Order: sequence, then C-alpha cells, then structure tokens
Amino acid sequence: MTELMQADHVPLLFAAVAVFCVTVYVLADGLDLGVGILFLAAPRDQDRDVMMASIEPVWDGNETWLVMGGTLLFAAFPAGYYVLLPAFYLPIMFMLFALIFRGVAFGFRLQATRYRPAWDAAFFAGSVLATFCQGLILGGLINGVPVENGMFAGGPFSFLSLLGVMCGVGLVGGYGLIGAGWLIWKGQGPTQVFAREIAHAALILTAVMMLLVSLWSAWSVPDVAERWFSLPNLLWLAPVPLVALAVVVSIWRGIWTAREGQTFVLSLVLFALGLIGLVVSLWPYVVPRQVTVWDGLADPQSLAFVGIGVAVIIPIVLAYQVHAYWVFRGKTVDHGGYGGEA
Amino acid sequence: MDALALSRLQFAFTIGFHILWPTLTIGTAWFVTLLSFLWWRTGKLVYRDLMRFWMRLFALGFGMGVVTGIVLSYEIGTNWAGFSRSVANVLGPLFAYETMTAFFLEAGFIGIMLFGEARVSKATHFFACLMVAMGALISSTWIIAANSWMQTPAGAVADAEGVFHVVDWGQVIFTSSFPYRLAHMVCASFLTCAFVIAGVSAFHLWRGQHVAASRTAFSMALWLALVLAPLQIFIGDLHGRNTLQEQPTKLAAMEGLWETTRGPAMTVFAWPDMAAQKNLYALDIPHLASLYLTHSWDGEVEGLKAVPPADQPNVPVVFFAFRIMVGIGMLLLATAITGAVLRLRRRLYEARWFHLVAMATTPLGFVAVIAGWTVTEAGRQPWIIYGALRTADAAAPVAAGAVTASLVIFFAVYNLLLLAFVWFAGRVALTGPTDTSLRVSERPGLERTSVDLFATTPPPSLAHGTGQAKA
Repeated sequence: MTELMQADHVPLLFAAVAVFCVTVYVLADGLDLGVGILFLAAPRDQDRDVMMASIEPVWDGNETWLVMGGTLLFAAFPAGYYVLLPAFYLPIMFMLFALIFRGVAFGFRLQATRYRPAWDAAFFAGSVLATFCQGLILGGLINGVPVENGMFAGGPFSFLSLLGVMCGVGLVGGYGLIGAGWLIWKGQGPTQVFAREIAHAALILTAVMMLLVSLWSAWSVPDVAERWFSLPNLLWLAPVPLVALAVVVSIWRGIWTAREGQTFVLSLVLFALGLIGLVVSLWPYVVPRQVTVWDGLADPQSLAFVGIGVAVIIPIVLAYQVHAYWVFRGKTVDHGGYGGEA
Repeated sequence: MDALALSRLQFAFTIGFHILWPTLTIGTAWFVTLLSFLWWRTGKLVYRDLMRFWMRLFALGFGMGVVTGIVLSYEIGTNWAGFSRSVANVLGPLFAYETMTAFFLEAGFIGIMLFGEARVSKATHFFACLMVAMGALISSTWIIAANSWMQTPAGAVADAEGVFHVVDWGQVIFTSSFPYRLAHMVCASFLTCAFVIAGVSAFHLWRGQHVAASRTAFSMALWLALVLAPLQIFIGDLHGRNTLQEQPTKLAAMEGLWETTRGPAMTVFAWPDMAAQKNLYALDIPHLASLYLTHSWDGEVEGLKAVPPADQPNVPVVFFAFRIMVGIGMLLLATAITGAVLRLRRRLYEARWFHLVAMATTPLGFVAVIAGWTVTEAGRQPWIIYGALRTADAAAPVAAGAVTASLVIFFAVYNLLLLAFVWFAGRVALTGPTDTSLRVSERPGLERTSVDLFATTPPPSLAHGTGQAKA
C-alpha cells in the first residue's frame, strides 16, 4: 500500500477526492445556505416554518463536508492547509461566526416565541455572510496568495479583491438559486410559488456574476487567460461555457413547469460546471502558482492510511446520507410550527 | 499582546467552550439510546416521554457542539500553521478519520433520531440513536488519540526541518497515555450527564410534577452515578500514575512539588510561587502523596526543579485546577453515596433536601471537566508536542490585530450563545417531559386542556417545549 502511494497517479487521486468533497459540500450545503439566503424574502411565517423544516434533518450532514474538506486538505495536502488558512484568516473566521449563528438558529428559532424574528434574522444574515465569505476566499484563491519560505507572507487584508467581492455576490445568487430549486421541489402552495418567483432573480444574478467573474479573472490573471484562450485549449474547453449557457436557458424556461425537480437539478449542474471551470483555471495548484499538488503532498504512509479510509468509508457515508434524504422524501410537512401557533 | 499569546487565549477559550457540549451530548446520546431501547422492548410510555424530553435537550446541546467544533478544525490552520506544518502527516489522518467515521455517522442519523420517530419503526429509531451515540464515542476516541499523541508522542520521527513522519500507526494511535485519557474523559462525560439528569429530575420531584417520569430518570441517574463516581476516581488515579511516568513535570505542578523527594507529602493547600520556586502558606499531610502516587511509604517523586524554570508550566494554574477537579469528584462521590443510603431507606423520592442537593450538583461536572483539561493542557506547556515542539514555534504568520478582532468576537458570540442556550434549554428542562404515561386526569393542569393535541403528537420536534408552555 505504501509503495502504491509513491506512484505518480497518487496526487491526482487525492486531488480528485478533494475536488469531490468540495463539490459535494457546495452542492449540499448550497441548498441549505440557499434556503437561508431566501429566508427573509419569503412572505409569510408559515413559509419560513416549511423552509426550515425542509432542511432541518439534513443541514448538519451537508455542513460536515466542510469539515471533511478541511481535514482532507490537512491530511493530504498539508502545504495547502497551513498556507491558505492563515492567508484567509478573516474571511474564514467570519464564515465560522456566520455558520455558528445560522446553526444554532435551527434549534433556538423553534423554541423562541417573542424573539423569533431575531432568530429569523440571524439565520438569514448567517447564511448570507457565510456564503459571501466563501466567495471572498474563492476570489482570493484565484488571485493567488503571497508565499515566502513555504509560509503565508501577506497581511490580514491581502485576501481582499474586487474579484472576491464579485465571487461573493455570485455565490449568494447561486446558492439562492439552488435553495429556490430545492423549495420548488420540496414545497407546495404559496411557498412553492414564492420559490418559483424568486428563482428568476437568483438565476439572473448567478448568470451575470458567473460571466463577470469569468471575464474578470481572465482579464486580471494572465495565467487563467493563458489556460483558456490558447490553442488548442480553447477548442477543448469551449463546451464548458456553452453548456453552462444552455443550462441557464433551460432553468429559465423550466421554472414554472410541472417538473418540480428540474430547477433544482439543473442549478446543481450549473454549479458543477462552474467548479469544472475553476479546476481548469487553477490546475495543478493547491496554492495557485506557488504549490502544486505534487509539492504539497503528505507522506506516502500517511496517504495510504487516509486512502483506505476514503475508499472504504466515503461510499458508506454517501449511502446513509442518501438514506437520510430518502426518509424525509416527498413534500415537506411542517410539524414544528404547531407549537408556536397553538 | 502578540499574535502568539492572543492565539493561545483564543484557542483555550474556543476549545474550553466547545468541550462543554461533547461532555453533555456523549452522555445524553447514550441515555436517549437506552430510553429508545427500553421504549422499543417494553412499550412503557414513561420511557418514550423521557426519551422525547431528553432528546430535545440533547438536540440543543448537539447543535452547539457542531458549530463550535467546526471552528476548531479551522483554527488549527488559521492560528497554528507552524504546528500544522510539523504534524500534518501524523494528526491529519486522525482528524480525517474522525470526520469520516464519527461526524458523518452522527450527521447521517441525527435527522432520523430527532425528527424521524413517526416515519420509522421503533427498532430503526433505536438504531439511529445508537449510531449517533456511537458517533459521539468514536469522535472522542480519535480526538483523544490525537491529543494523547501531543502529550506522549510515539511512532513518528521528526526530520531536520521539524516535520514529523509516521513510522508506526499503531504506536501513533495507541500512545501510552491514550487509554487512561480516553477512559477518564468518557467517564467524565457520563458522570456529568448522570448529575445533569439527576438534577433536572430532582427539580420536578421537588416541585411534585411529572412524578412518574422523574422518579424513573432520577433513579437511573443515581444508579449510574453510584457506579461511575468511584470508577472515575479509580481511573483518575491510574491516569495520574501514567502522568508521573510520562510527564513528571506536569505531575509535580499538579502536586505543587518543587524538590525531588522521597516520600513526598500531599499539599492540601498552598500558593505556589514561581519566582521563588517554592510554596507559600503550604498545608501538608506527610507521606500521603507518596502513598497515592507510588503506592509506597517513601517512593521517589521528581520535583519541578528537575527542569529549568523556562521549561515549567504555569504552576498555580495547574495546581489549583487540579484541586478543583478532585474536589468536585469527591463531592459527586459523596452525593452518589448519600443517594444510595436514601434509596436503602426508601426515602429517595421524598427527601426534599436531597433533591436540592442534586439540583446544586447539576453544573459541577462541567466545571470539573474544564478544570481537568486545564490541568492536562496547561500542564503540558511550554510544549505543544511534549518534549518535541514548543508552543512558541507553532504559531501562524497572522497579524495580532486580526486575532484580536476574532478573539473579541468569539468572546461576545460565545457568551451570547451560552445565554441563549441556558435560556432555551433551561425552559425545556424546567417545563419537563410530557406525561403521556399518565391518565388524563393525573396530568398537570397545563396539559389536561390540550390532551388531544399531545395524544396525536407527531414526532418530538424541538417545538414541544413551546407547545407545552403556551398551550
């Protein structure tokens, strides 16, 4: 096993696992962060009860992928972990504060009567801030971080960039779109109508910001432009934006149709395409243009140990997470709300 | 203060705050699992009432544990990049396994446990509870393996650049202090929960409400306490003797022992003066420490002065934290024995003064856990990896201003959270379980009016607390 871990394909394998974890995180937590982003826009308290009830049994499992991403980075690409985390100190901290508020709001909102609007606001603000911080981190990552002697060598605000702000806004729109798709699928009646209406706004914001971020990063980061616009790369990569465009059009046309799961599924596809674009732009770096997946790799004996776990346990994890979604399948019926209204 | 001191303060604060919730939820998860099992096998409604009640309190604590735990998994990188760089090969896989085998297990079944009771069979619900409880236990196993490696490192060697490489995973995970530390922590969680359950039940017995459920829970909790309180002291003794072997300086700080001595006295109280390297105002009992440390009248115990002052931990902190922990352990043992005596005399449910005592013990386990972790973590200083890496060399290249900002916000946010938790959990706890096991006429007035509502209750969501309060 240890010998196996010295082969050339190992970094690719672990990079694939890391990308997989990030993808699952973004798609899964995207839906419950998205519901949070739409939370205050919903017209009635009953809508909010249903919205929260629809994600209550699964949000914790979704968020665990964030921990998985962090620990896997630590275990497989330590250089990425100890360079990038100090580099994004402030946005990571504020993301954590935001996740704290929205996490406890699940429990406390249902307990609260007089201060329920305050917990509603905490859930909304926490979801938006956490998402925006993830965008700031993403933008900072594309721009690259200063490194000296293998350690982060910038200031507390060197993560900040226009690109990051654009990514943040785009991610708020994108998660909002996934959340709206989820609510079209899981909600009914007025809640579903609300979700369909807001899905338009979310889609416009997402599509515009995806375009802006793509153009801006190609214009401001020469390596990204080189990757996409040199021949023959351009021919190979052209399908990614073209398919994305087709997906945007289908989402737009499908929002009011009877196929209630369509918006949700297509918005996940749109996100997956965005992530593919990101990987294309950044490959093969863990720390862009500083540390490659080959340089940043952990010891073979450590990778072998983690690799066994990933190969055996992650499929089981996926199976029972799907099972948890299955137990709560169908339209969400709000059990929790009666206590407050009785 | 510099970024290092601020990072230490922040990590101590955030991990100290976090440890409260696993302490609460490891024990209560197993209590709920037991109740789910009893409800499944016996069909007695009193077990379902208790299960739903403790599930609500568990859920609130679990949420706190999740959100404060995520913070830690990122702080190790954001604030301790030097440490991460040094130990990623060793601790990275342990943390990855914790996430894969524990966090996902908990997260995958918590929804079914808390919200799925009406959607799945009793057996499946029990299984979901069991998986969550197992997840909590597995999580503590991995994290304590990691902590024990930092205390008594083995199975890995550092290269010239200070980066550790694993030689033997068995030695990395099963270090010499690991079994004692794990047993001591898990037992602490169960013991703390026993007194939380006893305290909450005692409140209802004292008020004369929810009597059937509260008697059952009170009795179960005190049986548990009677077994665990002496067991914990026994494990603690073993753990201490391991520390004497592996980390003599820490043990000397716990005992306030400066000189290497044959047949050392037990210092009941003193003010350890680090500048003078001696105790002020000491109250000693001759040879007693020798008896419980070396199990002989005049065994030799190494003192603090065996290492230079720069390599000593902050002695007063370790010394007093240790006394707080042991003092609480003795108090809990006395409470458990008193309960057993009252049970023998068949006065357990009537002795109102004892119900007040039980209520007073509710928070003590948490205080002891914080004190115990203070002993072991502060006692390890100035090392972050004992004897191998100094805390001062482990920090990240972050600006002091940024850490100050995050520390201030953590302090404000966590205090607010604690307040909210005490408010909401307190209200749930004081409202008490729903007595579906009683006939309608026997239920407290509040519930009698809304009996139909409760008879057709869908699964016990968190909303029940308000339902009862307002109905």
